[in-house]
Amino acid sequence: MNETLTNGKKTTVERDKVVLRFAGDSGDGMQLTGSQFSFTSALFGNDLATFPDFPAEIRAPLGTVEGVSGFQVQIGQVNIYTPGDLADVLVAMNPAALKSNLRYARVGATIIVDIDAFDKRNIEKAGFSNNPLEDSSLDAFNVVKAPISSLTKTALEGIQLDNKSIMRSKNMFALGMMYWLFDRPLTDTERYLDSKFKKMPALAEGNKKALHTGFHFAETIEALPSMYKVPAAKIEKGRYRHISGNVATAWGFMAAAEKMGKKIFYGSYPITPASDILHELSKYKHLGVITLQAEDEIAAVCSAIGASYAGQIGLTASSGPGIALKGEAIGLAIMAELPLIVVDVQRGGPSTGLPTKTEQADINIALYGRNSESPCIVLAASTPSDCFEFAYMATKLAFEHMTPVMLLTDGYLANGSEPWKFPKMSELADITVPMATPNGEAYLPYLRNKETLARYFAVPGMPGFEHRIGGLEKQENTGNVSYDPNNHEDMVKVRAEKVERVANYIPELKVMGEGKGKLLVIGWGGTYGSLHTSVSELWKEGKSIDHAHFNYINPLPKNTEQLLSSYERIIVCELNMGQFASYLRSKFPHLKFESYTKIQGLPFTVTELKEKFIDLLK
Amino acid sequence: MAEVAIKEEKPKLTKKDFASDQLIRWCPGCGDYSILSAMTSALPQLDIPKEDIVFISGIGCAARFPYYMNTYGFHTIHGRGPAIATGVKLANPKLSVWEIQGDGDALAIGGNHFIHALRRNIDINILLFNNEIYGLTKGQYSPTSPTGLVTKSTPFGAIERPFSAGELVIGAQGNYYARTIDTSPKLMTDIFIKAAKHVGTSMIEILQNCVIFNDNTHGKITDRENRDDFQLHIEHGQPMLFGKEKQKGLRLNGLKLETVTIGENGVTEKDILVHDAHEPDATLHMMLIRLKPPEFPMVLGIIREVSAPAYSQRLEEELKHSSQKSKYTCMDDLLNSGETWEVK
Repeated sequence: MNETLTNGKKTTVERDKVVLRFAGDSGDGMQLTGSQFSFTSALFGNDLATFPDFPAEIRAPLGTVEGVSGFQVQIGQVNIYTPGDLADVLVAMNPAALKSNLRYARVGATIIVDIDAFDKRNIEKAGFSNNPLEDSSLDAFNVVKAPISSLTKTALEGIQLDNKSIMRSKNMFALGMMYWLFDRPLTDTERYLDSKFKKMPALAEGNKKALHTGFHFAETIEALPSMYKVPAAKIEKGRYRHISGNVATAWGFMAAAEKMGKKIFYGSYPITPASDILHELSKYKHLGVITLQAEDEIAAVCSAIGASYAGQIGLTASSGPGIALKGEAIGLAIMAELPLIVVDVQRGGPSTGLPTKTEQADINIALYGRNSESPCIVLAASTPSDCFEFAYMATKLAFEHMTPVMLLTDGYLANGSEPWKFPKMSELADITVPMATPNGEAYLPYLRNKETLARYFAVPGMPGFEHRIGGLEKQENTGNVSYDPNNHEDMVKVRAEKVERVANYIPELKVMGEGKGKLLVIGWGGTYGSLHTSVSELWKEGKSIDHAHFNYINPLPKNTEQLLSSYERIIVCELNMGQFASYLRSKFPHLKFESYTKIQGLPFTVTELKEKFIDLLK
Repeated sequence: MAEVAIKEEKPKLTKKDFASDQLIRWCPGCGDYSILSAMTSALPQLDIPKEDIVFISGIGCAARFPYYMNTYGFHTIHGRGPAIATGVKLANPKLSVWEIQGDGDALAIGGNHFIHALRRNIDINILLFNNEIYGLTKGQYSPTSPTGLVTKSTPFGAIERPFSAGELVIGAQGNYYARTIDTSPKLMTDIFIKAAKHVGTSMIEILQNCVIFNDNTHGKITDRENRDDFQLHIEHGQPMLFGKEKQKGLRLNGLKLETVTIGENGVTEKDILVHDAHEPDATLHMMLIRLKPPEFPMVLGIIREVSAPAYSQRLEEELKHSSQKSKYTCMDDLLNSGETWEVK
């Protein structure tokens, strides 16, 4: 609903939700600008979701399309599940940013450009043949030509800063403009700047000055005829904070460790987009975290296996190429029946692929990427904040069932952020490790719990439980090396059965909607936001459409088959060639699964999903 | 109710306590038997509880070692032993961790983990069983096989140059390197005990005979007639003397070592180099590592033993430092840290 109010000489337009996109050179500070805007809006009471979109190169040549870094955020007075398809407001700090981001602006969007950056050289570098601000190519938009660089420079005269520092403050000018446009206070960002530049007061002053100058500039110019008003959302009561997927993942593991009274051992080799988990965990040694930046991906997983064997929480994370290298070692943990958690922050592949772009194409490697019969528990997180819950759950399942767990997240979840109603530690489920206890008899390392089939665990340092395990097939109960044919078959089956029985310990699948009808939309992992938004919008239009989203990939929730049988058509949507659809077909051969896929390194847009679903409902 | 703690005097462990009940499946005559025996002799002398001892191995004949020890043991995957042992040690620093490797496991498929364990100075003991051949895969050349060696995969002789384990240790900034041989049980036992006491990565190369695929590969230094002239047993603080009557020794001549005989050409015992295993500068250690017959004896014993903080000790220091600096003591603190807000 749009409502126009008058506010002095300017008008105010009220909106349910608005999408902003900041774009500039990698060094222009667009990620910071975007996250400050998001943070201020969260404190104001909006719901929101963010999506940073940055290049693989750290600093590609200035002014080129390759070096453009973007940050998109959707804020709303309604619940927000995605960063939005197309921007209502685009800030482009140079011609290259305009060139590469124009496609993300909706028709009629307000585009704010730094007119000072539109010189002949930059225009050519961006690949424009003419100055786009002077031909008719932007007629469909409301273009605001703001002299951001020159006004920042003028405003900061007299502050003891070098030219480079002054120019780096121009992102705050742009942010100031946005704060005026959305009627936001400057105080939150001011507080942030004071704290960030505590030791460099001139920088704090310069940045704040730029912020204010931008704010007043926006107020004054006539090109911005109206302010947007996005009132606070009605969100669930409680205490909130902002969190990104990778941080939530790290914290989920730390929470599990605290609950178990164990240390985390995180073996890791740096890889985009998983490295932030390493950065985050390495801050918290005093909270019981050991991080080892290993010599390679194999050492990363092997050291984690060693740590699990010695009684702590062995953890490793990577992205596709690293997961491929870890395969043999994960097989060892399956064979030795040791707890291990492997996070795969998926990115575009194969091979090096698209390191900074998102994809969901590692479900097959998670399920099958090891030699022989080697089933893993596979989980997938679906929002930045629920990475916490699934990291916690991954640890719980790995230890309670004594087997490796793969946790799938992706670049979109890892870097995306949202407000999170965080739990208290006392609210989290207990984690009970099946430790061996002295019973007067010799310890049998492969004696199993009758219900879970998890073996009873003894770790070095426990007197009287000395034993040997390894990657060779072992005799049941004793764990002695065994080449007996029937024993091997039994052991293969019991390891598989152990993973299957995890279904008894995970929540049932819930469907959003009627529980029956014409069309069921299935998704898994990081596509939750766009699928949920599309389906609920169509639902409001009275369409017979439901959404089921999978976080438990292997084993599947017990009620899966029963739920799926209640629909005329099922469409499985995923960011790959249809891997989950194939998996479901193999599990439920009598059901028909249609597949809708996208492989562009980008999330689904709500628009494209709705179009597809409307088409299927015809 | 008052409780009285009864201090139980634990019976002293013996060699037998460390032997497992598993049938040993190495070939008859394999050098591994004597290494196993030296190990079960050494461990009771260390005064470490059995439950605190862990044997880790990768793949290969040598890697079966943990199954034959009645301690904790983990037979893992090819070449990755040092990485797994690193995780074990860092997860529980009080454990005595022994890592068993063959020459293929340590220096071919696992070369990366081998050098990085040394570089980090992880407090583990690495035993490298060097028989210069692949045994378990039935006789291919290894990264320590001499050039020209005819094997199943080099029917015309190996054209590659071999690695020297000791040189890699020095290159990886290792602080402890000892070399011994499967025919010297006393030397092995002695070195195992000292290696266990050394803080940081202790790397012990054991020249070991593969009776099936590379028999007598170390024969030139073990043959009865050569052994005194081709083995130099060094000890820290002692002159480097060898030969039947200990009449031969090593002397530094310019930038090179030379063999001299006491009493010949005016050479006296004062001219003979005295071994300093504790010298941080590895130049002379490297020269000793490189010596080999027939020009020189093969140097056996602890060649390098330099003290430096182990990785886990540095980790401990870092932990103290970060605890002092931190504002949070638990997860609830962390969850509530920074900017949070209440939705009412």
